[in-house]
Amino acid sequence: MHVTSSVRPPLVTGGKKYEDVTQDICKQVEGAPSTAWKIAFTFSLVILFYGGYCLWTTWYEGIGMWGLNKTIGWSWDITNFVWWVGIGHAGTLISAILLLFRQKWRTSINRAAEAMTIFAVLCAATFIIAHMGRPWLGYWVLPLPNAFGSLWVNFNSALMWDVFAISTYFTVSLVFWYVGLIPDFATIRERATGIRRKIYGALSFNWDGSAKTWSRYEAVSLVLAGVSTPLVLSVHTIVSMDFATSIIPGWHTTIFPPYFVAGAIFSGFAMVLTLMLVTRVLYNLEDYITIEHIESMNKVILTTGSIVGVAYLTEFFIAWYSGVYYEAFAFQNRAFGPYWWAYASMMTCNVITPQLFWFRKVRRSLMWTFILSIIVNIGMWFERFVIICTSLHRDFLPSSWAMFSPTMYDVGDYLFTFGFFFTCFLLFAKYFPVINMAEVKAIIKSSSEHKK
Amino acid sequence: MNRDEKFIFTSGAKKKLFITLGIGVLLLAIGIFMLANQSAHHGEGHSHGSKETAHAVTADSSSEENAQTGHEQGAHANTIQEEGHADSAVSHSSNDTAGLHATGEQASMNSDSDTAVSHMTAHEEVSASKEATVNSSETHHTEHAGPAQGPAEQEVTGHEKAEHAGGGHHEVHWTTRLIKDLWLNNVFFAGIALIGVFFIAFNYVAWAGWSAGIKRIPEAFGAYLPIAAVLTIGLLLLFNHDLFHWTHHHLYEEFLADGKTKNPEYDTLLVGKHAYLNFPFFIIRTIVYFAIWISLWLTLRKFSKQEDITGDEKFHHKSVVWSAVFLVTFGVTESMAAWDWLMSTDPHFFSTMYGWYVFASWFVSGLALITLFVVILKENGYLSFINENHLHDLGKFNFAFSVFWTYVWFEQFLLIYYANIPEEVGYFVQRLKTDAYTPIFFLVLIVNFFFPFLALMTRNAKRQGVILKVVCTGIILGHWMDFYMMITPPILGQAGGLDLTFLFVEVGMTMIFASIFLFTILTALSKVGLVAKNHPMLGESEHHSVF
Repeated sequence: MHVTSSVRPPLVTGGKKYEDVTQDICKQVEGAPSTAWKIAFTFSLVILFYGGYCLWTTWYEGIGMWGLNKTIGWSWDITNFVWWVGIGHAGTLISAILLLFRQKWRTSINRAAEAMTIFAVLCAATFIIAHMGRPWLGYWVLPLPNAFGSLWVNFNSALMWDVFAISTYFTVSLVFWYVGLIPDFATIRERATGIRRKIYGALSFNWDGSAKTWSRYEAVSLVLAGVSTPLVLSVHTIVSMDFATSIIPGWHTTIFPPYFVAGAIFSGFAMVLTLMLVTRVLYNLEDYITIEHIESMNKVILTTGSIVGVAYLTEFFIAWYSGVYYEAFAFQNRAFGPYWWAYASMMTCNVITPQLFWFRKVRRSLMWTFILSIIVNIGMWFERFVIICTSLHRDFLPSSWAMFSPTMYDVGDYLFTFGFFFTCFLLFAKYFPVINMAEVKAIIKSSSEHKK
Repeated sequence: MNRDEKFIFTSGAKKKLFITLGIGVLLLAIGIFMLANQSAHHGEGHSHGSKETAHAVTADSSSEENAQTGHEQGAHANTIQEEGHADSAVSHSSNDTAGLHATGEQASMNSDSDTAVSHMTAHEEVSASKEATVNSSETHHTEHAGPAQGPAEQEVTGHEKAEHAGGGHHEVHWTTRLIKDLWLNNVFFAGIALIGVFFIAFNYVAWAGWSAGIKRIPEAFGAYLPIAAVLTIGLLLLFNHDLFHWTHHHLYEEFLADGKTKNPEYDTLLVGKHAYLNFPFFIIRTIVYFAIWISLWLTLRKFSKQEDITGDEKFHHKSVVWSAVFLVTFGVTESMAAWDWLMSTDPHFFSTMYGWYVFASWFVSGLALITLFVVILKENGYLSFINENHLHDLGKFNFAFSVFWTYVWFEQFLLIYYANIPEEVGYFVQRLKTDAYTPIFFLVLIVNFFFPFLALMTRNAKRQGVILKVVCTGIILGHWMDFYMMITPPILGQAGGLDLTFLFVEVGMTMIFASIFLFTILTALSKVGLVAKNHPMLGESEHHSVF
């Protein structure tokens, strides 16, 4: 016997039955694209092409097109990379960790979050390839036996670990996402005719819906959840080590791994909220993505935002407590140096404004949530910029102190990833079911309003 | 399901606890006798030691300091080699010394003895030119003020050394070991009590259903907090000089009493930290932590009791709100308490991860103890509705947070090891590259990671009380050792480690603490119903099943 406490609010409202779920979600896949979708898609393509031009130029001419200088060797490139990888964290957290924690509210948002993860990781990878300068030699990061003498990757380098961590994360996320899609593709297949039926049938690997198939499906989901849970922690941990294994003041601090992970979840949830709030309205999914879902996500944002806040304060305190002159300088320079505005933006957007979510009214307000979710992502971009750029721009030799000013190619390459991300997401939202129908149906009995 | 079930703290159980207490006292008494006896051998080590270290002391060091180091090294030899076979011990510790110099001063985890010598020479030259009394201190190789500190700090390096040697001298006294054990157990059990409150708080905030049935167990843990508060404050007032090197006033005086001679023990790093590390503020902070924790525990406990009586759902919602308040304050106070009580035993060391690392260790210990309670209560016929599904969840918690502890522990280690800078690497040099602590260093890793990781890997293992009992006992002991490793090296120097007296002194002291701790929380557990009978999630807990 399964019991759901009366204090728990329903997760599916509007008296939805099984067939309503199928109908409400499939109709977006089956219908013609809406005008709003077409406008958005065109807009994304324009950005993609403009960004593509900038990226091509960067590759053709070399990374001298960026605003890097002798002191600041990493700036927007790695900032953007870390930002996108961070965003890519929510998908696996929602689908894997929340699955292990039996959080039923994840079922309505996991599909879109996982898709977002995959696109975000691809965007992140763009910067890794781009910042190599010679992208056609990108395969050199792989430990391949080669004909170049004893040329071999440096296994001691955190950048090397990154290659393994992110490629593993990408692969597992992709498999996880796709396995979840299979039964839903089968549902669409059942309703389709002609060539569509063939395509969706092939995508569903001819899913037969037998009890045995379902049982395998459940087992695979659980195993993948188990496998990807450590990945959620490991990816951003290793990204943080790109900095923390160095001895640059402001980069080398032991709290980096867990604090990066918390920050990643923080920004990932914010991005999921930004996307889902729009999708929810355009696709009329208010009964599936309820205020309860939004409130739960806001609570996660509040928690992780506060963890990040504690980490900022810890870093600052320890920089003073350490008595190490350079450490203290790095932090003073962050907060009061020429980049004070970046630090102030980071503190405001990441630590102060998310505290508004302590108010139930704010947590349950769509407008506030939307605004704050965007603010969080702005803040998280600034966080990476602050960490990367302000730690580098005033190094040990005052004669080489410098400032960074982005060129149009810095901006254009960043725009490229936005174009890419939104193009992919819009295609996903049009041709794939945005909500996991099979899993939502699984909680209808226990957690819908219909039940009560 | 018997919702009105009550835990009865039987006289049999009490008797067992009193017997544990008695055995603990007995072991401790034997241990004290052994320690006192060892200190009689002290003098023997003394003479050998001074000869051995004479070469390491620079020209202008006084004979008194010379004696001090010798003294220490004697103690070192004694402890490691058990019966004070000074011949072998001395050669042993002299190797040790060379290694420590290489690592502690020049902060190179990897340097061999050749580079160690050259480093040492270079260092001594610098120090000598600054007229510092460099004393090659054996016990303390945690000087973080390396060459990277800039000219002003460099001048101090030598002074620090002398100061540490001085500190080392009085640390060796055998009563320090008892004081250290009191502090170690106090911090360990206070943390577990705090984790009990933390557990119910995050379960409330996360709207957890499965744990409602066992909620009273972690809730009872909080009852030990007042005792911990009294003990902590008492120990701090009585023994602050033994536990915390930075409490010595003379470290902060730049000149000696005559007003002209530079104080060789003057420590600029500690002067820099004085705004935070000063005794009045330190005591006030500790009082504030306990005041917050105890008052929030009392609040949650009150709501819990009222919910039992009235069955009103509003107490649940109030508990959720106050749990959130607890979690926020916990997030700040826990880290600060870890810095204060543990990290500042080695006042030059700093690590931003430290607070979270201590949290991870406390949390796993607390989870393991909650699990042990559930399993043992079930064995005694209580909590009949708690079944293997609940055990499975507890097992997952133990598994997951053992991995989490390893994660935090390893990241801290890896980053410090990898960067290898003098400001921080001494922490691991002292623990990883010394005879006294290297075995424990790896033991902690094996017991706290590999053991629970492998033993709780399978689904079936997590669902069996017997296995959980064994693993959780291991986890608790392993994390006690983890705390031992945090505290002992800075307070005792090389005089710690696993020796025969450990079986009496440390084990005895821990048994005394454990029996008092258990007595307190079992009493608290028997005061209210064993099941929070009107908890709105209780139905979910009763019918809980894991897919």
